[in-house]
Parts: sequence; C-alpha cells; structure tokens
Amino acid sequence: MEKGRNIGLARAKARSTAKAATVFLLPALILIAIFIVYPVFDTFAISGFKWNGISADRIYNGLGNWKELLHDEMFWKSFEHNLIVMVCSILLQIPIGMLLATFLDAGGKKFNFFKIIWFLPYLMSSVAIAFLFVYALATNGGLISSLATIINGKRTTIDLLGKAPNALYTIIGVMAWQFTPFYMVYFIAGYGNIDTTIYEAAIIDGATRGQYLRHIAIPLLGPIFKTACTMSLIGSLKYFDMIWNMTQGGPAGTTELMATYMYKLSFQQFNMGYGSTVAAGMFILITAIALLFNKVFKVKEDY
Amino acid sequence: MNEYKKSKIKSKIAWAIAFFFALIQLVLTLTPFFFMIVNSFRKQFDMLQQGVFHLPDPWYFKNYFEVVTHGFFGYFLRSVIVVAVSLILMLAISAFAAYPLARMKFKLNAFIYATIVAMMSVPMHVTLIPIFKLTTNVGLYDSLGSLIGPYVAFALPMSVFILTAFMKTIPKEIEESAEIDGCNKFKNFFKIILPLSKSGLSTLAIYNGVSMWNEFAFANTFLITPAKKTLPLALGQFKGEHSLNIPINMAVLTLSVLPMIILFIIFQDKLVKGMMAGAVKG
Repeated sequence: MEKGRNIGLARAKARSTAKAATVFLLPALILIAIFIVYPVFDTFAISGFKWNGISADRIYNGLGNWKELLHDEMFWKSFEHNLIVMVCSILLQIPIGMLLATFLDAGGKKFNFFKIIWFLPYLMSSVAIAFLFVYALATNGGLISSLATIINGKRTTIDLLGKAPNALYTIIGVMAWQFTPFYMVYFIAGYGNIDTTIYEAAIIDGATRGQYLRHIAIPLLGPIFKTACTMSLIGSLKYFDMIWNMTQGGPAGTTELMATYMYKLSFQQFNMGYGSTVAAGMFILITAIALLFNKVFKVKEDY
Repeated sequence: MNEYKKSKIKSKIAWAIAFFFALIQLVLTLTPFFFMIVNSFRKQFDMLQQGVFHLPDPWYFKNYFEVVTHGFFGYFLRSVIVVAVSLILMLAISAFAAYPLARMKFKLNAFIYATIVAMMSVPMHVTLIPIFKLTTNVGLYDSLGSLIGPYVAFALPMSVFILTAFMKTIPKEIEESAEIDGCNKFKNFFKIILPLSKSGLSTLAIYNGVSMWNEFAFANTFLITPAKKTLPLALGQFKGEHSLNIPINMAVLTLSVLPMIILFIIFQDKLVKGMMAGAVKG
C-alpha cells in the first residue's frame, strides 16, 4: 500500500518535471527548429530545383544540380582554397595563440598591457578588417609598398592582393592577424582552468616555472588544443565575410571559397537552385571533415 | 650554487627572447591600427603626398565631422537596437533552456542537449537561402526584424552549452531547500538560479554582443535600403560614396571599432571567464 503510493507520487513528480522542462525548453527548440534545422533540410530540398529565388515556378531538376556540382571545377577549386586556408590557419593561429597565452600566463597580471593590445584585432569586424587591409596593403600608399619604397630608395610596389599566388596567402595572413587573439584568450582560459594546487605541488617538489609549463601545464591543455583545432577547422571551411569584402573571390577566382561561391551564385546571379546545391555540398564536406578530424584525433578526456 | 646561477642566466635569456617576440607581435598588431587612426586625421590628398609613416600635418578633424553628419549615428543606433533586442531575447531563452538541461531529470534530457550542442557546427551559409525565403514570405525582408530571429537562433547552441555547464555548478541543496519551502520549478528559476547565473550571463552577453555587432552576411542579404542598414554595412556604404577618399573611410572604421575597444577594456576579465566556461570540456 505504502509502496504503491510512493510509486504514484514519483510518477506524478516525474510528470510535473517533464511538463516544466518542456515549457522551459520550448522557446529555444522552436527557434532552433525554424532558423537552423528547417533551413538545412530546405537547402537540400531546393538543391533539386532550378530556381531564381523570386519567381513562384521552380523547375524540378532531379539530381541534375548534384551532377553539375560533381563536375563544377570552380566549386572544387574553392574547396581546395578552403583546405589551404584551413591548414595554414591551424598551423599559424593556434601555435602563435598558444605561445602568447603561455607568455601571458608566465607573466601574470603585470602583462595585462600586452593582453589588451594583442586582443584588439579580434574586436574589429571582418568587414572593417577587410576595408582596412585593402587600403593598408594597396600598392599606392599602402604600408608594405611604402616600406619597400623606403628600403629600396626608389618607388617599389608589392602587389599583395591583386596578383594570383599572393592574394590567397595575404588573406591567410590577415586572417591570422584577426583570429590569433581569439585562440590566445582561449588558451589563457585553459591555463586558468588548471587547478592551482597542481602548480603549487609542482613548485614545492622543486620544479621551475618552465618545467611546470613544459611537463605539466601544456600536456594538460590537450583537450583544449583539440577543441581549438576543431573551431579553427570549421571556421576556415565556412569563411566568408572578410574575403567577400576584400577580393570577392578575385583576382580570377584565385581566392574563391565555397561560401563566396555560393553567395555569388545565389544573391548576385540569382541562381538559387544551384546555389543551394553548393551550400548543401559545403555542409556535407564540412561535417565530414569535422567528424573525420574528431575520429583521428581522439584525445582521452579522463585526465 | 653554480647550477643555480646557470639556470638563472638561462631563464634570463629565455625571457629576453620571449620579450623580443612579444614586441614583434605588438608591432604587427598595432601597425594596421596606427595606419587607420593616423590616416583618419589627414586631408584626402595628404595621404599620398606625406607618406603613410609621417604624422598628419596639419591634423585634420573634419573627416569625423563629415562621417557623423552623414548618417553614421543612424547606422550606429540601428546596430544598438538589433544587438540589444537580440541579446536580451537570446539570454532569456538560453537561460530558460539551460535550466532543465542542467538541473532536471527527464527522459530526453541527454538527447535534447546533444542535439542543441550539435547545432553549433552548422554553418550559417547553409541556411541563408531558406531564411531569405522565409523573411520574404513573412514580409520582414529589408527590415531590422529580419535579423533578430537568426541572430538569436545562431547564438543559442553555444550559449545553452555554456550556461548548462555553469548552472551545473550551483549546489543542489539550495534548490532542494527552496522546494521544501514550497517553491515550484518556475519560482526556483527566477528566485534562485537566474540571479546566481548572472556572471555566466554577462560573459555570454559580451561574447555574443561582439559577434552580433560585427555580423555581416545576414545583414548584407536582408537589408537593402541604406536607411535600414546596420553598422557593418555602413562601411561599404561610405566606401561606395567616397571610394577615393581614404581618410574618410579610415574615420568610419575608427568610429565603428571604438565602442568595442572601450567595452573590452572595461569587461576584459568577464570575457576570459566566459571563454573559460566554454573551454572546460569543449
């Protein structure tokens, strides 16, 4: 009898908890459904049509768009550029960010000045950075060309954005300028998360600050290192804002990325059917690469 | 003693090298800012004549006057409105969602949490065409309202993730004793959990505020009329009107970054703490 009542009570409690949870979760779930989940499915749905984005009639094209994508040289070129950007970004931003964080962690509060200055680029919007560097790297009155002119003693122009092999690497450099501070703060946070007792124990056992960093702190950052790489990887594969405002994929498509290509097709040429196919292809590639990365670099989380 | 001296010298050399690279990083970071600020105080044609490494002669302030009197505050105000509305909605909704995920036992908890967190890696570009379609259909196209939905939705996964981790650290006993005193879940949330989550919420506000303030792709796609555009689009607008007047463009850039820099200097510790919460497990 007693037992039966308890079960009844527990059930009633579970039911009221479920009710409360539903009410609390509903707004978030609805918004995510409308603006993230549904659009992803819709992109795949539109990818089967020829559609200009405005008129009511869409022509069903079956797998035609997808066949076109497989043979679309520009798309695969863009993907290749994305991969170059991805590899360079991970190799530049994360190690430099980590070194800066290590320096700041070793120096403590005294180095706050460095921290504030180093962080500044991340506060600028990608659009602002794009415009700033278009002027700062211009052949006429730009920083690099002016510097080269002073060093050479005669008028010298170094074309960083207007020429083919330079442009992509210049953009990679500017991206590093923008995002390294983000990873710096991320690693500062990582160092801050390490239990202070570990540090104290190491120092009591006679370790120097450098030994503590090398043998204890940096190995402990493993999982954070992996997350940073994943973020950089996804970020580079979907990169858009700065390139769009700096080169629009030019000169001659040599800085075209998947996202700029998709945007051009959809919102400049109003070829939204095929634009959706490119977007969907981009989604598949990014998800596949992210999953693959996570599989290959499985870090043990139980430290 | 000799050993000790040696390690002392070694550490001094290490610090010297570290400082050398720290200074290089400082110069690399500051040079573009120097270029931006110094050139914003020049007359249009002084830039090429004087060279970029010379200070302006004379210092010329009319660029800022020109920018401010040509609609800059409109862009600024619209950005403030969009960011404020989106942030308040986003914080409320993500706190709502994080509460049951962090502190209630129900069947689908783990599944819903995993689904929301997985949304973090969906690139916004994949959703751009359908959301464009949606905004046109509901008549929000070319209005500030078109931005709020996507801004809130795309900030939610990360925020729910961080807030859930944050709310898990609040001791269970506080809530249990309130429940004995007759509080229900809703009272618990507003009276106990929400006030205790304040520091988590403020870090999220800064982190997401910066990205909403700088957002470009949605704004560029949904806003057409200049009188409706937000600040990141103002840069392109001014560039279109004064494409050859570099100093004016530099003044626009300077004015658009300034609020972020001021906010960062005031709230920098909060930002680091916010990222710390996110870094706990990744």
